[in-house]
Amino acid sequence: MKSVFPALIFLVTALFAASLLIGPAGLGLMESLRALVGGDGSPVVQVMQEIRLPRAILGLLIGATLGLSGAAMQGYLRNPLAEPGLIGVSSSSALGAVIALQTGVAASFALALPLAALAGAGLSVLLILTLAGPRGGALALILAGIAISALAGALTSMVLNLSPNPFAALEIVYWMMGSLADRSMVHVWLAAPFMLAGMAALMTLGRGLDALTLGEDAAQTMGVNLIRLRWVLILGTAASVGAAVAVAGAVGFVGLVVPHILRPLVGARPSRLLPASALGGAAMLLAADIATRLIAPDRDLKLGVLTAIVGAPFFLHLIWRSRKVEA
Amino acid sequence: MTLLSLNNLTIRRGTCPVVDDVSLTVSAGEFVGLIGPNGAGKTSLLRGALGILPGTGQSSLTALPPLARAKAAAFLPQGRDIAWPVSVETLVALGRSPHGQTDVNHRAVTRALARMGLESYRNRNAMALSGGEQARVLIARALAQEAPLLLADEPVAGLDPEAQIRTMQVFADLAVEGRGVVASIHDLGLAARHCTRLIMLHRGRLVADGPPQDVLNDKALAEVFGIRGFHTVTPDGPVFQPLGVVR
Repeated sequence: MKSVFPALIFLVTALFAASLLIGPAGLGLMESLRALVGGDGSPVVQVMQEIRLPRAILGLLIGATLGLSGAAMQGYLRNPLAEPGLIGVSSSSALGAVIALQTGVAASFALALPLAALAGAGLSVLLILTLAGPRGGALALILAGIAISALAGALTSMVLNLSPNPFAALEIVYWMMGSLADRSMVHVWLAAPFMLAGMAALMTLGRGLDALTLGEDAAQTMGVNLIRLRWVLILGTAASVGAAVAVAGAVGFVGLVVPHILRPLVGARPSRLLPASALGGAAMLLAADIATRLIAPDRDLKLGVLTAIVGAPFFLHLIWRSRKVEA
Repeated sequence: MTLLSLNNLTIRRGTCPVVDDVSLTVSAGEFVGLIGPNGAGKTSLLRGALGILPGTGQSSLTALPPLARAKAAAFLPQGRDIAWPVSVETLVALGRSPHGQTDVNHRAVTRALARMGLESYRNRNAMALSGGEQARVLIARALAQEAPLLLADEPVAGLDPEAQIRTMQVFADLAVEGRGVVASIHDLGLAARHCTRLIMLHRGRLVADGPPQDVLNDKALAEVFGIRGFHTVTPDGPVFQPLGVVR
């Protein structure tokens, strides 16, 4: 159990390095590393600093965000099927982005799309707090989240449905598949503060989530303020996942599968699962992003497609295995 | 020393009072059995005293901030929730979390495991245990909190006879050591045998409060529980056995 964290840290470091070093430009190892810190404006420096570095940083942060918020959501709802998209933030953020693409605002300036997506995420938080109330229970939160997700999904479909321009519709469909390609440091600077603040908030929930293992009544009488915990969970998830979707689109399955894989390795304790899932999510997303570059370098395989194609059968396998254990 | 005082505590569900104007105090050294038929308000009284249910009137515990309350009173809920497959020692050590750390080797954890006879279970998966074993593990968690007062909601329901008697004995020992225990309990025989004091609830009202042999009189048993029973005093202490229904 003790070796889990060093192993995960090593894995994330190795994958981060691999993400920097693997790409269509086929640069040499030393050449690439020198270019990371260099400043001579040569093409190699530009590839490393403007293309690969932001891509690797975003992979790291978004993966960590999805893994961590998935673990926190599962801990709060005490249900291994919960995932960060459950409270409707992902679909609302996606709706904001889709509207920006459809109206052409996205083309007007570089950050229009992620800003619109962040606005969508913010709106969904206001809505969920109004619907589920800051004092409501877990069930109210789930139901409100499902309702918001359904509404945002329907509105997204409507935008696609009524789109007069097939190219805009195609662009929207591709964007929604999720990708880290062609992101710049501007995207990093926009999304990183939200993701880091959200993750910092979620990391404080360890003690409360541990106590919730024993149910809400027991947790409350062990000194946990459930109202505060709920606020921090919703706001932390919204900030970090909203920002993640804003720059990368919807990347599914990471928040669901990663906590599930790592739970047995950390003794099932929610407080340990939080940092482990952050590292595990980062590793999974970096690996998936590298795979999109290796499998089909010139076909622009989308990250979200890959995580779902690999994640879903893997999840089925886990269910199959746990079914045998329970039987 | 007073560990809990309730003043005119009233808890409503809609307009119907489920706890109706209850006042009582619990002192160190007491093992109080909370008895009453289903729906009498036992669980609501315990939850109201801890501030989990909002109500009117005063409870000395709800006046405290959450962490101070967790150090003043431990609570064992009726529902036996274990959400994740953690080890027994990890689960019991959660009881230490109000004190700021959850070291599985803390003396309080070891003591709690020993009291409940769970030393050999330390590294077992808590979710893979039987219902009765889980109940004992959860009692051990509440004990590990080492608060002066323990409020337990039906702690012995579903335990085998040995575990029932052992648990009641553990609670009686806590009282002897100078702590206080309030446990809701349906087994009147166990309550009569082990508690130092019984509180009888009926339709949300406190109808009797005193030593077991006084509270479990024929008239109250017929009116509140609708039963008659046999009681006597043996060298092992008071014995009570329900015999039949009277309505």
